[in-house]
Amino acid sequence: MSTLQAGRGGGGLTFRQKLANFDYKASPYIYISPFFILFAVLGLFPIIYTVNVSLYNWDLLKGQGDFIGLGNYVTTLTDPFFWNAFGNTISIFLLSAIPQLVAATVIAAVLDQAIRASTFWRMSVLLPYIAAPVAVAVIFTQIFNQYGGPITGILEALGIEPIRWGFDVFPSHIAIATMVNWRWTGYNALILLAAMQAIPRDIYESAALDGAGRARRFWSITIPMIRPTMIFVVITATIGGLQIFTEPKLFDGQSNGGANRQFQTIVLYLYEMAFPRRDFGRAAATAWILFLIIILIGLLNYAISRTIASQDIKRNIRVPSRKTVRPNGGLK
Amino acid sequence: MSTTINRAAPSSSTHGIHLPNPEERAAKKRKARFYDRPGWLTYGLLSAFFLGAVFPLWWSFVMGSRVATDINSVPPVVIPGPNFISNVIKAFQTVDFTKALINTVIISGTIAISVVFFSTLAGYAFAKLKFRGRNGLMLAVIATMAIPTQLGIIPLFMLVSELKLTNTLGAVIIPGLVSAFGVFFMRQYLIDVIPDELIEAARVDGASAWGTFWNVAVPSARPAMAVLGLFIFMAAWTDFLWPLLVLGPKNPSVQTALAALNASGGHTPDYSMVLAGTIVSIIPLLILFLFAGKQLIAGIMSGAVKG
Repeated sequence: MSTLQAGRGGGGLTFRQKLANFDYKASPYIYISPFFILFAVLGLFPIIYTVNVSLYNWDLLKGQGDFIGLGNYVTTLTDPFFWNAFGNTISIFLLSAIPQLVAATVIAAVLDQAIRASTFWRMSVLLPYIAAPVAVAVIFTQIFNQYGGPITGILEALGIEPIRWGFDVFPSHIAIATMVNWRWTGYNALILLAAMQAIPRDIYESAALDGAGRARRFWSITIPMIRPTMIFVVITATIGGLQIFTEPKLFDGQSNGGANRQFQTIVLYLYEMAFPRRDFGRAAATAWILFLIIILIGLLNYAISRTIASQDIKRNIRVPSRKTVRPNGGLK
Repeated sequence: MSTTINRAAPSSSTHGIHLPNPEERAAKKRKARFYDRPGWLTYGLLSAFFLGAVFPLWWSFVMGSRVATDINSVPPVVIPGPNFISNVIKAFQTVDFTKALINTVIISGTIAISVVFFSTLAGYAFAKLKFRGRNGLMLAVIATMAIPTQLGIIPLFMLVSELKLTNTLGAVIIPGLVSAFGVFFMRQYLIDVIPDELIEAARVDGASAWGTFWNVAVPSARPAMAVLGLFIFMAAWTDFLWPLLVLGPKNPSVQTALAALNASGGHTPDYSMVLAGTIVSIIPLLILFLFAGKQLIAGIMSGAVKG
């Protein structure tokens, strides 16, 4: 105890005590510095430098060319292929995000009961998550093979003409969205399940005793109570959905999003600018435009999901405070 | 809607202001039990989801064990054939899966260990140590999590080529060494798990700052370190865009090798070989999943992980 008091008083410290104090003062900075130094070099610097690259003619091989100001942005925004990629991205995003969230909510609600072998069922819905997007794309490209494969087989048995999944715009978007949905639905279901399990059971009990049916309890209790998690899932699905690359890239490995760009997404467009065309300036400008689109659509989604999920019921239920960890970023 | 709940709360059985007659009570109990005991509909839905989750994987295994022309059979085949091993051998002859697997184990393992170590260190400092600028710096960490990777991918590629790292594993490993998400994840965990008194006590006992970290923080952080490591390992294993840009065909990762295998036959690839290769690429994570599936689920259920 006396050591501590002496330490705080400041006077009459031995060298050892001074050393110990310095140790405790400097350590936090030493502990956080590896992260900040590496992040500055490998994360922050490239992002800031992208601005610079985007303002020049910049060739992959020849390097920096003339300064052209916002020229790359103008060229990109007036390029019909960019807007084609934008439309495709939005279409695939909607086809994946909406069914995925609906299905994830249903799965979560089903899992949020006293079911037998709950670990088994949870693991089974998470199983697709371990398949890498590349593997998912390879498998589903064969499942949607228009000259064979199970889907064509089933359609044929039903007497329906084969659908040209790889060639037509809308069917190709459905096929790509299916890949995304298959991998992510179970994952999102588990996040929503966590939120559902935090809802106090006696609220349901009271509602049930009061005559509220299953559906009524779901709409009036479950949905409003998981609102923050719902918003989190929507935002992360937006960020992920707008950055889709692997699935459309591999759906037709020979091109960058189909022979007629029928499923070229924005990141694929960026990739095409940067590598086959070696135009780093255009690619860097596209990266910034994509970033702004993500922020805009993220904010829009936030506003929409607030409105849809908000109900005055929330104010009338007292919920015990609980720890919620909700980061909104990816792993990197 | 709100009125339902307001009326329900005081009349709930535990607070017992209104005592219903036995008949009423039995009816209500039946209803409550109906809610608690899931019926055939629940298990039917779960089985449907289960089939949906398993079918694509099963089907690709079935196709991978047959000959390519079986993909055209109507109705679709669902029973494995005898050719799985020979298809796998063909796949290994077409692309260097052995090298890809070794490379990816090195990449994912190094990234996971590095991220877990630096995240625990920084997360501990942010959660439990007091220092000037702590809140501002933590805010900076959180802000960086919102920035998409693609934004910096062009200059990062230029940096990697400048350092002559293209086609080396370093090109994939170095940008993954730290993660803002990891720092945030460890901070959130450690903030509740370690009591401040424990750190104070260690200091009073004369432990060095590092000793306190190593002997107090790390043992408490172990469960979170395991979950974080698992997720970072999986994310690195399944990453495609960045390895595609910096690794050549001679030095592939599992994902770039699989993509190369998929593109190997032009427009008429040997589907059975490609799907056999796909199964090979999934098996390592499948084994990991069977051993650590519960931890993965716990990590996701804590709401903290988004790949």
